[in-house]
Amino acid sequence: MDFNPGAVLAPVVDWLNANFHGFFAIITRIIETVLGSIESALLVLPAFAVIAIVVVAGFFAAGLRVAILAGFCLGFCWLAGLWEASMQTIALVVVAVAIAVAVAFPLGILAARRARVEAALRPVLDVMQTVPPWVYLIPAVMIFSLGRVPAIIATIVYGIPPMLRLTTLAFRGVPNDLKELGQAIGAKPRTILWKIELPAALPTLLVGLNQCILLSLAMVVLAGLVGAGGLGAEVTRGLTRMEMGLGLRAGLAIVAVAILVDRLTRGTLERKSRAA
Amino acid sequence: MESNEVLIDCQSVWKVFGERSKEAIRSITERGLTKREILKEYNCVVGVADATLQVRRGEIFCIMGLSGSGKSTLIRLLNRLIEPSLGTVRVKGRDLSTLDAAALRETRARHIGMVFQSVALLPQRTVLENAAFGLEVQGIPRDERNRAAETALAKVGLSDWKLRYPRELSGGMQQRVGLARALTADPEIILMDEPFSALDPLIRRQLQDEFRQLTKDLGKSAVFITHDLDEAIRIGDRIAIMKDGVIIQEGTAEEIVMNPADQYVADFVAGISRLHLVKAHSVMMPLDQWCRQSPGLSPDSLPRCSPEADIDALIGKITGTGSDAIAIGHGGTTVGVVTTRSLLLGVRGESDNRAAA
Repeated sequence: MDFNPGAVLAPVVDWLNANFHGFFAIITRIIETVLGSIESALLVLPAFAVIAIVVVAGFFAAGLRVAILAGFCLGFCWLAGLWEASMQTIALVVVAVAIAVAVAFPLGILAARRARVEAALRPVLDVMQTVPPWVYLIPAVMIFSLGRVPAIIATIVYGIPPMLRLTTLAFRGVPNDLKELGQAIGAKPRTILWKIELPAALPTLLVGLNQCILLSLAMVVLAGLVGAGGLGAEVTRGLTRMEMGLGLRAGLAIVAVAILVDRLTRGTLERKSRAA
Repeated sequence: MESNEVLIDCQSVWKVFGERSKEAIRSITERGLTKREILKEYNCVVGVADATLQVRRGEIFCIMGLSGSGKSTLIRLLNRLIEPSLGTVRVKGRDLSTLDAAALRETRARHIGMVFQSVALLPQRTVLENAAFGLEVQGIPRDERNRAAETALAKVGLSDWKLRYPRELSGGMQQRVGLARALTADPEIILMDEPFSALDPLIRRQLQDEFRQLTKDLGKSAVFITHDLDEAIRIGDRIAIMKDGVIIQEGTAEEIVMNPADQYVADFVAGISRLHLVKAHSVMMPLDQWCRQSPGLSPDSLPRCSPEADIDALIGKITGTGSDAIAIGHGGTTVGVVTTRSLLLGVRGESDNRAAA
């Protein structure tokens, strides 16, 4: 017997495409606009000015060590001649991670509170993490056509599971007596969430964010395949032309961007929580 | 400060845990099933069974029980951290079960403080911020809540530590912060859930004395959970002893030591020193009985003590004066006599009239 889910799914995608084209066009427009404005904001100033700003901001937000590291990472991207591609990638990753966190964080908290939600989410997350991203890139490209939008959607899909799982783990791990304290002093549920649970969950949440960022960056290469530009495109170009040097430079630039984004967010959040 | 105003009134409260707890409760009310039958028929665990207690203003009420006796469940019923399955809990005359979420929060924030065995300090906040946390969640402005927190920290002797973080403090100091946090909101009632159990014995004693002193000075009422009878006796004005979810005896330390309700309590109190616990009125024999036993002697010739004098003081009096009996009375009236024999019986925890009878 032949089992062919594609035969079922393909007409669905076609139907979506035919009937909801306007809706998807709007999504495409929104994502393109946000991405484009972040990108142009990053590219409007000369590279050295952006590096200087990031270093100074990093110093105040996360400390000297992070600032120096940020300077190195960005400096490498610039000197490797990949400045524009790096900025495109950063814009892509920042938007993807922001959306992934916005989806995963509330769902993760819900899953931590209700076992049934978690049971329902678990297989979905498994599928999201194990199906090779190329596979769900196909319908994404069919619906949103080539470009940055299917790339960012693939990245979001890939970034959600680690964030969600670790959010659930983090909130499960909040000591029960702290929650009880919140109730006993008459705190509102929202106050308990923000002032007691979130600080206690933060270390694990930061691991989740870190995984989300790194996995998203790993997806960036794929984004090059569907024409999203950025460092992924450079890697793809290096691969198709068998240019070792270009591929390696672009690969290292992806590493630099990963370290930069991770350390900056982590340093900022950690300091903020300590100050609060 | 003690008065007769009842702050916490807990009437026949039950807590049944388990999936079929509703049915179990119905059969308790309708058929009067026992704990064991409930477990067998409904596979439900009875945490607290038919607990009735009253805590009056200015009083420290101890609930003593071993682990699994339901004491931690019972204390959580008093501020509705756990919903009772049956029965009513009134705090300052208001039935907690009738309060909506906001009113319940308000009651907890203003009237009932709580101190936990694990202390439950927030690690990322300083001592001062921890102490002020209760007021912070009530939305009190920073200056005002910090002032209140500083006052409370001063009361527990931690003024110099307010800018430190909890991890920099010893266990005893952390528990003081926990107490200060409860005091900052100035509640009338403080629920203490085994607060000193994790501390080493010396610190524990010191904190017990400080806690009692502070509570009395401030005129607070407290419900104090402990698994240590010594602690209950040191701290409590009245003590309830719990076993398997049931309060098996309630009374002053002296009443419990002198008249244990059953063998379980008797075993517990066996090792307790009576010296400072048992008072003259519990060991003395009635005056007429003494007169019959010792014809020709007048109680007026004996050295005198008040009925509130403890055994230690009576021994001091007997060894100091050389007399082998002491007249007990207030002012001019003599109500009874303590002899050497009744004193010795008292040390063992028996009273003379009982031994004679």
